[in-house]
Amino acid sequence: MRESVLRVVAVHPELLGTYGDFGNAIVLVQRALWRDIPAEIVEAKSGEPLVRGGDIYCLGGGEDGPQARSALELRSDGALASAISGGAALFAVCAGFQLIGESFTGPDGKRQQGLAILDMRTRRGPGLRAVGELASFASEDLGVDSMSRILTGFENHAGHSDLGAGVAPLGKVLRGVGNGSQASEEGAISGRVIGTYMHGPALARNPALADLLLSWIVGPLDPIEGEIEEETGSLRESVLFGVGDRRRARRRRSLFSKRPFGLRRRSGVAGE
Amino acid sequence: MALTMDPHVLARLSAGRLVALVSGTNGKTTTTKLLAAAVGTLSGVVTNEGGANLPGGLVAALAGGSRGVPAVLEVDEGYLGMVAEVARPHVIVLLNLSRDQLDRVSEVRMQADKWRAALSRLASARVVANCDDPLVVWAAGTAGSVTWVAGGQSWRGDSAGCPSCDGHLIYDSGKWACGCGFSRPEPDAWVEDGVLRMKSSRPGFSGDDVAAWPIRLPLPGRCNLSNAAMAISAAALMGAGVKEALSAIASISEVAGRYSLVQVDGVQVRMLLAKNPAGWMELLELLEETKRPSVIAINARLADGQDPSWLWDVPFERLADRFVVASGDRCWDLAVRLTYANVPHTTVPELSRALLSTDGSSIDFAGNYTAFQDLRRYLAGRRPAVLGNTSSQTPIATSTSSPLPGIIADHPGTDPEDRSSKE
Ligand SMILES: [Zn+2]
Repeated sequence: MRESVLRVVAVHPELLGTYGDFGNAIVLVQRALWRDIPAEIVEAKSGEPLVRGGDIYCLGGGEDGPQARSALELRSDGALASAISGGAALFAVCAGFQLIGESFTGPDGKRQQGLAILDMRTRRGPGLRAVGELASFASEDLGVDSMSRILTGFENHAGHSDLGAGVAPLGKVLRGVGNGSQASEEGAISGRVIGTYMHGPALARNPALADLLLSWIVGPLDPIEGEIEEETGSLRESVLFGVGDRRRARRRRSLFSKRPFGLRRRSGVAGE
Repeated sequence: MALTMDPHVLARLSAGRLVALVSGTNGKTTTTKLLAAAVGTLSGVVTNEGGANLPGGLVAALAGGSRGVPAVLEVDEGYLGMVAEVARPHVIVLLNLSRDQLDRVSEVRMQADKWRAALSRLASARVVANCDDPLVVWAAGTAGSVTWVAGGQSWRGDSAGCPSCDGHLIYDSGKWACGCGFSRPEPDAWVEDGVLRMKSSRPGFSGDDVAAWPIRLPLPGRCNLSNAAMAISAAALMGAGVKEALSAIASISEVAGRYSLVQVDGVQVRMLLAKNPAGWMELLELLEETKRPSVIAINARLADGQDPSWLWDVPFERLADRFVVASGDRCWDLAVRLTYANVPHTTVPELSRALLSTDGSSIDFAGNYTAFQDLRRYLAGRRPAVLGNTSSQTPIATSTSSPLPGIIADHPGTDPEDRSSKE
């Protein structure tokens, strides 16, 4: 068993915490603890030097002003980029995803310099703000269950992100807008860095993604069995196939040869 | 609804009467009801009691009342500026601002800026504002006359940054301040141990005298005491006597179904509503007074906002000492959240079955906006016995352990029809 405590750093939660994305840190830590891996959340507040020595850094979504401020602080601090090059993992959502690129659009509509951790440029998209359910087919096989390859989240952004040649999309858009590029790309994955437009929070809806991040730090993981996987399966089913429409959900389910999601269980107590 | 967006109609109907407007993210419906009762001690009163708080609802309410009678109106946050410009209110009550329905409403900071701009053009209005909420204080900063009330705001997720300079707000024992000088104003009215303290009961008076008035409020929770303090302060500015106003609000025991006790197949259900993280912060305090099982129902329909990610902004970890039933359209989102929060629970999508899925004979039901309406509709279909409010008649099992019924936000809602007109 790993001896040191796995440190999940929630970066600037008061600036980049508008859409429940702090939940990503909760999910990472709980999924480590359930496997008897000691883990803790460290909150890195804005205005203070960024916490060093984190294993996984999480950036969330936020509005334009706080996003620009967070980017400015992180850029002058420099610790995030060096943590990543030192082997730490990074999970960045929405505004947090945009600011780890080369550039993004600031609150004044002008181009702002990003952290340049990812070869990506974000500008304001031509159309309306993208708001709604987002689903993608992951570029990598994320787990044993083939359905875990479908990623789900809720997007709410006006950005249009173009990936550079060395950066792969996290997935191909099945529903929604995503990066807004011609190639229907969503998010980005490069080394130990993952970016996405998915709120939800993304790691609660896509535990395979959470386990991928954890495995980068602690190595191969045992599967988690029990209520959470079944509940997550039902959640994914409800958002991917339509809320409250059981018949449609059943019909869609039958399209898959393997049992796609966890059994729907009506009752049970967590933690049993 | 043809009148909905015609400001002249609203202006004509508002002319020749005293008008009070009540706005904010949470507590509008309750505070409006309390203020209407208080102002009603003077004469008749016109009000939009059901929470129809868009311009069409205001026009309908005003058109239904006699000319010259004072009006107490709940107004949607986004329409406050527009309504105030045509209705020329005597008093504007600003309760709080926090994130709500982010998929369809602009960011909360922008809302504060809009209020601020509108108030700068309304020099004659007397503003009653919550000095505990930095965004409200920022918004009220341009008003000609402000009565500051310590209205509380447990949720700080939207006010970490200074609205004036973008610096950091420092919170310390109920006060807050920024290095730039922007800080919490000293309240003119506050509640202490269930007693309303006002610097003066007379409008326009600014001496150091503090009058103390015990509040007898059937509505539970600290948050409703704050709503009462806001309402009484506004009523005084409308000319009502504090004593009379306090006695009028002492008979209010439910607000559009909230805080009601109902009996469902032998289970006594206390009906509560919370629809955003700030509302849940207050509601959790109320739930924590007992270890009663809770049924929590979450929907994500248009009127709720279609992104329930906000469930992760709510510290549900605080419910780990009781049994929870997750219900509603988005019961699985809630179930997943509860598992990660180590809260023992079961998941029952159908409300009717969820209410009977605990071992408890008295339970709390907490729903967000349309989930609460679903419960009311279900109960109306069953014609249940309404037992009354939470603090009278049938006592709730653990009420003896808690002399003060604690705290709760009410969650203002809006009339479903009115809401849909916005969509
Ligand atoms: Zn400041």
